[in-house]
Formats: sequence, structure tokens, C-alpha cells
Amino acid sequence: MTGGMVIIGAGECGGRAALALRDLGYEGPVTLVGDEPHLPYERPPLSKEAMTGEAPLIKAIASDELLAERSIRHIHSVRAVAIDRAGHAVSLSDSSSLSYDKLLLATGSLPRKLPMPGLGGRCVYLRTFNDALAIRAHLKPENRVAIIGGGFIGLELAASARKLGATVTVIEAQPRILMRGVPAEIAEIIHKAHEAEGVNVLTGQGITAIADDGAEVRITLAGGQEVVADLAVIGIGAVPVTALAADAGLAIDNGIAVDGTLRTEDPDIFAAGDCCSFPLAVYGGRRVRLEAWRNAQEQGALAATNMLGANEAHAAVPWFWSDQYGLTLQIAGLSDEGRSIVRRDLDDGAFILFHLAEDGRLVAASGIGPGNAVARDIRLAEMLIAKRATPAPDALGSQTVKLKSLLAA
Amino acid sequence: MSDWVEACAAGDIDEEDVMRFDHAGRTYAIYRSPDDEYFATDGLCSHEKVHLADGLVMDDTIECPKHNGRFNYKTGDARGAPVCVNLKTYPVKVDAGKVLIQVG
Repeated sequence: MTGGMVIIGAGECGGRAALALRDLGYEGPVTLVGDEPHLPYERPPLSKEAMTGEAPLIKAIASDELLAERSIRHIHSVRAVAIDRAGHAVSLSDSSSLSYDKLLLATGSLPRKLPMPGLGGRCVYLRTFNDALAIRAHLKPENRVAIIGGGFIGLELAASARKLGATVTVIEAQPRILMRGVPAEIAEIIHKAHEAEGVNVLTGQGITAIADDGAEVRITLAGGQEVVADLAVIGIGAVPVTALAADAGLAIDNGIAVDGTLRTEDPDIFAAGDCCSFPLAVYGGRRVRLEAWRNAQEQGALAATNMLGANEAHAAVPWFWSDQYGLTLQIAGLSDEGRSIVRRDLDDGAFILFHLAEDGRLVAASGIGPGNAVARDIRLAEMLIAKRATPAPDALGSQTVKLKSLLAA
Repeated sequence: MSDWVEACAAGDIDEEDVMRFDHAGRTYAIYRSPDDEYFATDGLCSHEKVHLADGLVMDDTIECPKHNGRFNYKTGDARGAPVCVNLKTYPVKVDAGKVLIQVG
């Protein structure tokens, strides 16, 4: 009797992996286990359309009908509690157990908790659709919303809250917003966009105390200022969900440690998406962990391929985007690999910063502009990064030189 | 009966590129392949209704600018996650230097 393929975590990564197993022709049992009550769904809309849309719709990756048609068993509202590696079985929180031939851990990440006393019912985090519903109920004109953390989730939520008329304050402890992974020049444009839309953005402001009486949150800043809000949303990063793997004796290194093929040290257990750290080939095997939608998708598909016996290594270039007001930011590659920057101006005020390593290799590209103004060139940059190209800085900087022509070189 | 509508001049689109064309309340994407043939599809990605004309054409593929959904623009076929719904395609012809598409 075969246990088939078991996937723990029914988010973007797990959902895509399950579908990919069928796309690849696997005919044995596929079981997808998730701790949320919903179908696998896309998380990027949670800070945006799920807040501002007429109704808070869930964007499912697969419908019940599709799961049934593909013979994917989806067990919802249940957690995996332990892995019996020797017995090839996973026990679940409903006291049942599943045997497996190959196991994929797509357990994702959870919001980093603010390590402070005083947090109560009006201090919340955003990770799930249910979190989004709870936050959405507070986003209305008469309410004051404090966003703790000037990262992507916080800023996207700030933009949504403004759109719905709430009074919004963003509190960031670092000297500027988006310190991690976004060049200062681009962060400044986003900062100004928020101010122009009426958001009070406070940077370099540590929090010394929080008092939440269940109706109102009083946040005291290091400088003595007090921010009072009806709701505080904390968005200070995410931590990988690794306890299940760690308890099973698997190595953890800023995430469940896997090799380039997404295998853990146990050849029958894989990990993919937000929960894992892996060597990134394009940067000489630098170990990274990515919290990005496309990575979750790509790694889910790659894990499925390798669970079926292939030995393909992850070769993608990291990529992510953020939408705030009418602006879209897209970044390909890891900008901290760069030592110098070349700027290319596009139409409508859009521009791209190309990040070059010391040896001239293009290692990242960060773009911002209205709508999808930077999309095409960022995609081409991503291909150049994957090729480890060393394009001439003059050509990168000149709008008259088509990036596509550099790809052929 | 559907009509042939003039979308643009043949030279308006570079080889291996795409252009947006709006007509009668609908939006289309018109492609010129690396082999100098012309094609047309619905203008919006089937994933999140984004204009495909802002995307990148490589060979016979159009890639959505928003989330990289890929389609074969000659057939409209979706090429994997996150897109699963094919694009509708429309007949195209070039006549006297004009690109015409049969809408509807």
C-alpha cells in the first residue's frame, strides 16, 4: 500500500505542488493538508483587493471541482503535529495519520511577533484571509489605523486603508521605510507617495510602550510622541514555520535547510516556499530564504518534479512586486549583491536601477513607476541576471538601447 | 457577421513585440512575431485583467507584466501557473500595409 505524496501546507506553494504532481502525470494519491478552513488561495491580494474590493473575495488557486477532478485530497483546518521519518507517516491534529512515499513541507511563514507587553485585541497581524477580514472591518473613514513596520505588507495596507478613508500612521523604527532589499531612491518615492495620499509616515521612531485596552491602542514612541489608534497592524517581517521539521530532526538554517533540488537531508522529505532556505545558484550558492509569491509557485512546481524522481536544481532569479496607489515596484535579483548602480529612465517618470557587482555582472534590477511601466524591462533584466551577463553600463542607462538587444549579445 | 477592423499600420509594431488596440469597448493585443506574422488576442490577462500589451513577447509567448502568466499568442493557450484560462484569439490579416483584425 502506497502513501503517495503528502503536502503539508495548503498555500500558494503547496497548492501549486499538488497541481504540478498531476500535471506531471503522477497517478498515485496526492494529499494536501492545510490548517486554514479555506481552499488554497493567493495571499498577495490580502493587503490590497481583499481590503478595497466591494466584497472581500478569496482568490482560490484551485476550486473544489478542480481538486476533485485532479483527485487531490484536501484536508483543511488540520495541522501536522509530528513526522515519523522511519515509519514514513505524519500525524495530524485531528489524531489521524497519513503515510507517505514523499513528503513536502510547504509550511510557509508567520508574522514576526512584536516582542512587547501591552498588546491586546486591537493589535493584529496579517497573514490569512481571516486576518484580512478582521482588519477590513476597521478600515473606515472614522477610524485611526497605526501600521507598525514600514515594509511591504504595512505599506500596502496603509495604501488600502487610505483608499477607504481611514486616518493612517506608519511607524518605522529604521531610518527609512523598506530598508531591506529596496534602494533608498525608490523607497523615497514610495514614502512621498504615502505622504501625498495623507499618510503620516514616522521613520526612525522606536516604540517604547503600547497600551491596548481593547477599544483603543496608545503607542508611545522613543521621542515621547504618542500615536492613538483604533487598530494597530503589526507588519515587522515573517518567520519561517520550522517546528515540525526541527522536531523531526531535520536541519534548520534560517528555515528548513534544503539543497538546490529542495530536498532536506532526508531524501524522502522536501521543503519549498517561505519555510525553506536554499542555495541560490545565480549568486554562487548563497543560502537564502525568500518570502515571495512567485518563489512559492516555482518551488512548489520544482519540488513536485523532484518528488517524482527528477534531480533538477532551482535556477530562478528572485522576483517580487508591490502595488501601492497607482505605483508598482518590481525587483529582480538581490540588490545587496551590487556595488554600483546605473539608472535608466523610462516614460511617465518610471525608472529602473541596475545593480552591478564589482566585476560588472548585473545582479539585480529595481524599478518603480505607474502601472506596469517597468514590467517589461525588469523581466528582461531578470533574464540578463540569469545569464550572468555583464552588459555595458552605458547601454543599460540609455533608453534608446533596447534591453532585448543586450540579451542576444 | 463579424467585421474586419483596421488596428494599426504594419510598421507600428516592432518584430517580436505587442501593441494594445481598443475597439468598441473592448481591448485587444496585436502581436508581430519574430517571423513577421501578425496575431491578435484578447487584451487582458485571464488571471487578473491586466493589459498584456505591457508585457514581454519572446518567440511565440506573451508574458503578462503583472504576475508573469504566459500564453502562446498564436493559439491563446495558457502555459501554466498562475494562468489556467486560455486567451481568445482573433483572425488577423495585413492589407496594403494595414493590420486588420476580425473582432467579435
